[in-house]
Amino acid sequence: MTSATFAHGRPSPGRRLLGWFREWLPAFVVIAIGLVTWQWVLPDVLGIQRFLLPRFSAVAQTFWDERTALWSAGWFTFKEALGGWAIGSGLAFVSALVLARWRPLGRALMPYAVAANAIPIIAFAPITNAWFGTFSPRSKMAVAAVLCFFPVLVNSLRGLTSVRPESIELMRSYAASEASTFRRVRIPNSLPFVFSGLKVASVLAMIGAIVGDYFGGSIEALGIQIRSSVGLSQFEYAWAAILVASILGLLFYGVISLAEHFALRWHPSSRRIE
Amino acid sequence: MSAEAVVSVRGVTKVFGKGGVTALKDIDLDVAQGDFVSLIGPSGCGKSTLLRIVGDITEPTSGDVTVNGKSARRAREDRDYGIVFQAPVLFDWRTVAKNIALPLEMQRWDRGRRQARVAEMLDLVELTGFEKLYPWQLSGGMQQRVSIARALAFAPPLLLMDEPFGALDEMTRERLNLELLRIWSETGSTVVFVTHSISEAVFLSTRVAVMSPRPGRVSALIGIDLPQPRTVETREQPRFFELVTEVREALHATGADEVEEQLAAEGPE
Repeated sequence: MTSATFAHGRPSPGRRLLGWFREWLPAFVVIAIGLVTWQWVLPDVLGIQRFLLPRFSAVAQTFWDERTALWSAGWFTFKEALGGWAIGSGLAFVSALVLARWRPLGRALMPYAVAANAIPIIAFAPITNAWFGTFSPRSKMAVAAVLCFFPVLVNSLRGLTSVRPESIELMRSYAASEASTFRRVRIPNSLPFVFSGLKVASVLAMIGAIVGDYFGGSIEALGIQIRSSVGLSQFEYAWAAILVASILGLLFYGVISLAEHFALRWHPSSRRIE
Repeated sequence: MSAEAVVSVRGVTKVFGKGGVTALKDIDLDVAQGDFVSLIGPSGCGKSTLLRIVGDITEPTSGDVTVNGKSARRAREDRDYGIVFQAPVLFDWRTVAKNIALPLEMQRWDRGRRQARVAEMLDLVELTGFEKLYPWQLSGGMQQRVSIARALAFAPPLLLMDEPFGALDEMTRERLNLELLRIWSETGSTVVFVTHSISEAVFLSTRVAVMSPRPGRVSALIGIDLPQPRTVETREQPRFFELVTEVREALHATGADEVEEQLAAEGPE
């Protein structure tokens, strides 16, 4: 027996392309139907008005014509989201480490963390404006960070503590220190959970940053541009801005998924189901 | 065989919970240098608990355990033993080679020595060529061989094995039995082995400690005088069957059957 047992023969490039096409065909059909409906069925058949939903072609035109302004606003808000995500997730992971190390502390604090999570955090956006300044990106980062904190905390804590008892006993048999057990067992064990938390948090961070913008801020911010273009009946611009926000959100999520894929190559879930 | 005891258990009692179940009562057991001692008994007889007490993973309620002339705790801190559980307990995020190297890393062996030792261990458990794979890419039997290699990597004088082959099929089990005996004779280590298979205990051991349940006690110590090295033919010798019968009768005498029925009636533990 050699490792060749596990290496599957690679199909030819032509067949792979065909296979790829087959796999994605349903998704292409769905998007084509969606775009046709948006472009013609909704306005011409159902009589949907422009202020409810402009035609796809009009949104696409604005998306192209205004690309510089849109993407610069998008980048501005994305930086707010990214900053908030990094701060919130980082603090959450460190908190999870502390709570996992001193379990009684965790048991004392977790009920309050769960209760705090039930608070609609977005309601604090105007307050963070008061704390950090309406025109400062820091106020939006604060909203994003608070939103990111809980899912990363809960997931990390679960990952750090759901270790098989035998793993801990094995480390005990090596007379391992607590720090070494964290480094060699608990933290690697937590990674799949941490990544789930980080992905959820990336979506929440974008929401936090954009909603934070809605409560006032620099005209360079995407949220502000969406709000003001709706106010000026520039619906095409608002929809194009939403598209930018969606693309950035997807990219953010995608980059984290990619990092996860590379960081968790060892994970049994990386086994291909064929 | 030297008279020096590697493991010495004196009057060990273990009670779980406050005033709860007495898992072990007044256990005395000596394991000499180079011995291969199996602890056999029905489920609930405390054989795994006894092994864990020897390894200082669980503390006895009363009594003393000495390993290499030291307290069990001191022996654990000095890394005097390697342990193999029923599950392989490999770390998913480490390759086969890195799993085996784990105890060496913890003992701060330098990289070169580590690699050389891992290669040696892979050879010993016949897994050369698999070092870069992750645990999920291996079969159950291969995973257990990695875990044995890991336990042996730092050449501990004592090997504690808690039903290491319990989850494997009969064929794999018999092959790993032979492999374990080969490793045992090559390394000259001392083994304490928990099992509930009578034929496995007889085949592997120099002595079998038969344990009775509720409360757990060593009810018989049976010397296994089958010639070394043991081979596939050993299992076909009349003496093998005599010893299997002897162990079986010792187990029956403990009232194990009744307890088994009782446990079955109570449902899974």
